[in-house]
Amino acid sequence: MSSESIAEYEVAYAKPKAFYERYERKEELQHATHYCPGCGHGTVHKMLARAIDDLGIKDRTILVGPVGCSVFTYYYFDVGNVQAAHGRASAVATAMKRSHPGSVVVSYQGDGDLSAIGSAEILHAANRGENITVIFVNNAVYSMTGGQAAPTTLIGQKTTTTPDGRNPLNEGYPLRVSELLATLEAPVYIERVGLGDNKQVAHADRAIRRAMENQVRGLGFSLIEVLSPCPTIWKMKPVDAQRWVREEMEKTFPLGVYRDRTKDATPRPMPKTAPALEALPGILGIDGDEDLAEDAVCATDAAIDLRVRVAGFGGQGVLLLGEVLAEAGLDAGLEVSWLPSYGPEMRSGTSNCHVRLAHEPIDSPLVTAPNVLIAMNEPSLRKFDANVQPGGWVIYNGEEFPPDCARQDVHVLARPFTQIADALGDARAANMVMLGALLEMTPGLPQASIDAALRRLVKNPKWVELDECALTRGRELAREVLQEVLQEV
Amino acid sequence: MRKQLMKGNEAIVRSAILAGCRAFYGYPITPASEITEAAALYLPQVGGVFLQAESEVAAINMLYGASSAGVRCMTASSGPGISLMQEGISYMAGAELPCVIADITRGGPGLGNIASEQGDYHQVVKGGGNGNYRTLVLAPNSAQEMADLTAWAFDLADRYRNPVVVLADGFVGQMMEPVAFPRSAVAPRLPGWAVAGTQESRGNLITSLHMEANALEAHVRKLETKYREAERNETRSEAWCTEDAEIVLVGYGIVGRILKAVTAEARAEGLRVGVLRPITLYPFPTAQFERLARRARVFVVVEMSNGQLLEDVKLALNGARPVEFLNRMGGNVPSHDEVFAFVRELAARMGLETAAAEEQMAHV
Ligand SMILES: Cc1ncc(C[n+]2csc(CCOP(=O)(O)OP(=O)(O)O)c2C)c(N)n1
Ligand code: SF4
Repeated sequence: MSSESIAEYEVAYAKPKAFYERYERKEELQHATHYCPGCGHGTVHKMLARAIDDLGIKDRTILVGPVGCSVFTYYYFDVGNVQAAHGRASAVATAMKRSHPGSVVVSYQGDGDLSAIGSAEILHAANRGENITVIFVNNAVYSMTGGQAAPTTLIGQKTTTTPDGRNPLNEGYPLRVSELLATLEAPVYIERVGLGDNKQVAHADRAIRRAMENQVRGLGFSLIEVLSPCPTIWKMKPVDAQRWVREEMEKTFPLGVYRDRTKDATPRPMPKTAPALEALPGILGIDGDEDLAEDAVCATDAAIDLRVRVAGFGGQGVLLLGEVLAEAGLDAGLEVSWLPSYGPEMRSGTSNCHVRLAHEPIDSPLVTAPNVLIAMNEPSLRKFDANVQPGGWVIYNGEEFPPDCARQDVHVLARPFTQIADALGDARAANMVMLGALLEMTPGLPQASIDAALRRLVKNPKWVELDECALTRGRELAREVLQEVLQEV
Repeated sequence: MRKQLMKGNEAIVRSAILAGCRAFYGYPITPASEITEAAALYLPQVGGVFLQAESEVAAINMLYGASSAGVRCMTASSGPGISLMQEGISYMAGAELPCVIADITRGGPGLGNIASEQGDYHQVVKGGGNGNYRTLVLAPNSAQEMADLTAWAFDLADRYRNPVVVLADGFVGQMMEPVAFPRSAVAPRLPGWAVAGTQESRGNLITSLHMEANALEAHVRKLETKYREAERNETRSEAWCTEDAEIVLVGYGIVGRILKAVTAEARAEGLRVGVLRPITLYPFPTAQFERLARRARVFVVVEMSNGQLLEDVKLALNGARPVEFLNRMGGNVPSHDEVFAFVRELAARMGLETAAAEEQMAHV
């Protein structure tokens, strides 16, 4: 056996306790791993197991395994085991660590897994500075699937998908993950190590231990990239494979520390303790205002079946108008629904909503044939006027009702509501003037409910005052027209 | 507790937290973003985790992690995002991991549009990922049901150790209605199978990998047994005016509400119309269809997709009754008038007498 052999190095140590005594999850040969002789994965496994032993964290450790030759990490490690989808181990590890901040989470990944299909997940886990340890085994090929090219394949290296050797014009250049991630702010420790000879192996062992220790200390993201022999796919004897790591891989992937903030990094804060369960409704804003009308009692006897469509430009308060109406209806003990304009209707800055108030449960919240249309501008009037139910109301924001929109079978209240609101103090209160008019025309909603709704939805007291003024003004305007209607009759 | 006016999307998050959800991993997309935003606001306040992932692929795999860790967890997305999540959904079903996924659907295929459509039916009800698995799918039609079915979804997910999808159209997500919540909150509880970084859970393993053919077959048969059990115990639907219905209108989500309005009017004209609204899309309420088929003459499927629900209705009826079909797509909603006209025309074509006409005949 050559002095460079990994096997010789291994026998100097007893089997780590972080390994199972027998690999019972394995179908056969339960005393040995499934790795080929001279495979770097086996060596890295031992380093990781020893680090877990040394730090005394076996119970706390969660190992997230990849898809690749090391898919069976759970055969060997006597820790909590989770097998992740191809490339997603660092996303899985992220959530495991955040779920149990006291655990020690290791994401173990190959170079296809991490640097190709999982490139987004590793980049963002590193960038968030997740307090996890990533073991990145770079053997320059996809081994498990039979030796296809990886992002880490060397220039000129032959693989089953680069039969003439990797050509940078076609496949680009070998991806240097450690260098790339070292440009980020968050990572604490990134080092590339090799398994090219015993000295390298001994150093790699210390690096992996440090990467684990960082996590135990709560410092943040650590990643160790391991240049790792794959004698089988490389079609080399183990010694030659080790030499190839040293003499070829290292030229493209220089060993070294690419980032080390271990000294000045401060432990990440532990999450705050959760509030008591009883506090949740309050936090969620659903602890209920007991001072308001109980929904079981209906505060109005009037027969109410309002099907309202409100439409105008964005910024005119279309949605709020509808919301106040719905909220008031709810306060009065009615069934209500509010549906905002949505999808293809929501173009060119226009906005509209459907509001229904009724005694019976509301079947469809869509109002296609309104009995009240509030049109805050002319395009909205033109769009919805024809659908208003005969006998219904059109409340229109304009000096003059466009003659071509006039219908004999609906009532109309057309006023320059924007100017009227402006005179009251703010043109933006036009929506509430129009709502006031609606409330006057369709009596039944108690004023107290309207006030309560307003106060719930409008937080600024100055605006509440102005809106109340606006509602009153709207009622006055409506009364004038109602008298006209009555005279007509 | 007094009912409160809120959007279906906001009701989902509150209900989830009350149901013990303590982790949300998501990626924004219209019309589901309010869910993600509400989760961002509330989860940190209740000692939970919120994280906006780098993609839906990452988000669902984070759920894989959170669920493996034994935390009640959820995500929300829409069409294109759900497509990206299919990998993780298949893995979670395979590894028997519970989670809740809200799919607030939009128009497709591809980027489609952001309007309300029901074209995600196939990809969630049939399982859009690889392999022999199902997701349980619940279809709310109101803000209240958004809350109620979300809470139920967490229970189902744990009971069957399987992903559960709350499938709602954009309307149900966006509209505000009064919602009441349960008075008490569910305490988070660590399941025995979870990998929690503790001595007790050290021997646990989460994986969807079964190398031996017999082992995988046995595993898939075990999943099948769970699905059969869900089919026996968990189907839900709402039948409305169906006792004497000759025409049964079938639709889920917002469509179910439109069908109710149509039914009210059709009944006023004396047509014997009723509504069957599936609430669980998987398991599908097949028995309800069989029951109504005894009396009904015809079923009318109304959907906002290209015949995806129609297939399941036909399977459930198995040729017992004819099935008519009306659909709109692209964000168009089958209007009340459109459906009513269809029903009237169908009644005439089939020679279905109105109740009033029949009565007259009886007097002659
Ligand atoms: C989504 C998906 N695509 C492809 C595969 C097939 N696959 C399994 S392992 C692997 C590459 C593994 O290579 P690497 O990560 O370098 O690990 P190694 O086997 O070299 O240790 C591929 C492509 C898969 N399992 N899932
Ligand atoms: S193929 Fe290569 S990476 Fe896979 S076990 Fe064998 S030596 Fe190791």
